Amino acid sequence: MGVATYIKNEKDSIQKVILQSGIEVKPVYTPEDLNNVGFDYQTDLGDPGDFPFTRSLHPLGYRSRNWTTRQYTGFGTPEETNQRFKLMIANGQNGLNVAFDLPTQMGLDSDDPRAEGEVGRVGMAVDSLKDFETAFHGIDLKRIGSGLTINAVASIMLAMYQAVAEKYGYKKNQISATPQNDILKEVVGRGAWIYPVEHGVRLIGDTIEYGMKELPRCNPVSICGYHIRESGANPAQEIAYAFLIAFAYVDNVAARGYQAEDFVGRFSFNLNIYGNLWETVAKFRAARKLWAKLLRERYHVQNKKSLFLRGLFGGGGSGLTKEQPENNIMRGAYYVLAAALGGAQTTALCSFDEAYSIPTERSTLLSLRTLQILMDETGLRDTVDPLAGSYFIETLTKQMEDKILSEMAEIESVGGIVKGISSGEVQRRVAKQAYEYEKRLQNGEAIKVGVNKYMEGVTKEVELHQYDNSWAKRQIDNLKALKQTRNNTEVEKTLGALRGAAENNENVMPYLVECCKAYATVGEMADVFRDVFGEFEEPSLF
Amino acid sequence: MDRKRLRILVAKPGLDGHDRGAKIISLALRDAGMEVIYSGLHQSIEQIVSTAVQESVDIIGLSIMTGAHLSISQNLVNKLSDEGIEDMRIVVGGVIPKNDIQKLKAMGVAEVFPNGTKFDQIIDGLNALV
Repeated sequence: MGVATYIKNEKDSIQKVILQSGIEVKPVYTPEDLNNVGFDYQTDLGDPGDFPFTRSLHPLGYRSRNWTTRQYTGFGTPEETNQRFKLMIANGQNGLNVAFDLPTQMGLDSDDPRAEGEVGRVGMAVDSLKDFETAFHGIDLKRIGSGLTINAVASIMLAMYQAVAEKYGYKKNQISATPQNDILKEVVGRGAWIYPVEHGVRLIGDTIEYGMKELPRCNPVSICGYHIRESGANPAQEIAYAFLIAFAYVDNVAARGYQAEDFVGRFSFNLNIYGNLWETVAKFRAARKLWAKLLRERYHVQNKKSLFLRGLFGGGGSGLTKEQPENNIMRGAYYVLAAALGGAQTTALCSFDEAYSIPTERSTLLSLRTLQILMDETGLRDTVDPLAGSYFIETLTKQMEDKILSEMAEIESVGGIVKGISSGEVQRRVAKQAYEYEKRLQNGEAIKVGVNKYMEGVTKEVELHQYDNSWAKRQIDNLKALKQTRNNTEVEKTLGALRGAAENNENVMPYLVECCKAYATVGEMADVFRDVFGEFEEPSLF
Repeated sequence: MDRKRLRILVAKPGLDGHDRGAKIISLALRDAGMEVIYSGLHQSIEQIVSTAVQESVDIIGLSIMTGAHLSISQNLVNKLSDEGIEDMRIVVGGVIPKNDIQKLKAMGVAEVFPNGTKFDQIIDGLNALV
């Protein structure tokens, strides 16, 4: 009996499986499915390292180059964070990913009344270059690259990273920083925005233009589909919106007279993992392929390395549960598997206690070990793209590609991503998707172990990160001392020059570097932009 | 019996921008027939009270993920009392540890819906308040 007959006979008893992106999964795949989606080895896959890079950016994949582990780390003051950085590096982590507290992300100094209760809580507090000097003390910035998870004031943080590197004797072409710097995403999800959208995009354009000329190893923007997915977008929407956002930044810089070819190769992506394993793997493979294809079609990019979708694929916090928190350890291991099967260059993994709080030292190290076990014990790195040629995975990758394109077309049909985000249209679509998923969870159509199946009733206590109130006091005392000892004439002078650049549409980056070196504070620099640009007014969503 | 539609302001106080829950609950309450106003992010207590008064809501719902729910809720209770506003109830949702629920109720919060509370429980709880 052929497979087709078997499926036909059994179909009444088989429950439909529909992925979050809306793609139906069949119980069995055959070569016929590849024919149906028009799969062709050369155009859809190619060899690893060849266009369109579905299989891998590099010919030998993880054989030649392991992935970078870059756990998201930071809390309290720069002292605490510096110790944690060193602990993670000593335990084999090979990149940093800096977590900043909310006041820093919002361009507020630690002594600002709006910062009360938030200083050093969800990340490290940063007020001035002094704090970066402490945070990066004793870390080899030639060897260790740093992700800076910050958006509205990413230009300030990139300038500060350059300033601290120069202070410690490194050259600009030796350091590698990846500020997240994705303000359009921040408006869609996570919400740490300050300035109106067009000014936010201009600041990102400034960092890209500056990076191209001055910081050749830095990745001036990391487009963050991750948070769009965390906000509820389905996997196809995550990639579609991330790509449209990336193109908005490309257009900003291209309008200054540059070719996409010259700068787009330094773009980086931050993408999310939770939910269905196959959908996630297909998402990464389709994304790598589509990015290369779209850059060729839309911007005529030819240089191979400029077509690479490079990125951090990270285990998402939204997949974790407060119920039975230790289950999150197992979930994390599967997320990391999806990252590796999807061809991540860099990975990070949320820790099992992150449904409650930022992670403890123990839980962060456990996440790092999860990455290391997969890397060194399982043989997963032995061959490139082990799922290649699977009837199912290749069919799904093609279907995912189509879904991403149709999501992109929908937003372009309503005026494009910048308009869609300014008006709240994109946010409404994401919220609707989040609501639909939550309803499926509540009625048991989507299963979450410990939440709506195999419940235990009693939630086991876990050791949680403890916030220490003395951190805020120490940070504010240090800030006060700084303001008394720095050369305030020089601060005024550099801030005045920054204002001039902001007003005259000059690239603000060189001026920010000077402000940082004069120990101007994050709040002072951000206020200059607030004065010149104004603040974003959130559209009414409901 | 024809009853007036319940009006609720779903508000996000403070710096935190994690508003997936606030948006989901806004949609769920709207589907349940309530009139929902979502405040948007980074709202001060003054802004929340001013919107609530302008929109003549029955209930102010705070969505708080940062752990600062005790001080924020106390500030809102005080502000309503200072302004002499007696006809608005306060409810709180988000990441709220069990031990804090009684403390919130003691300061005058009418209901607490920690994350994980089902839509039906929230809808019933709100309807019981007015």
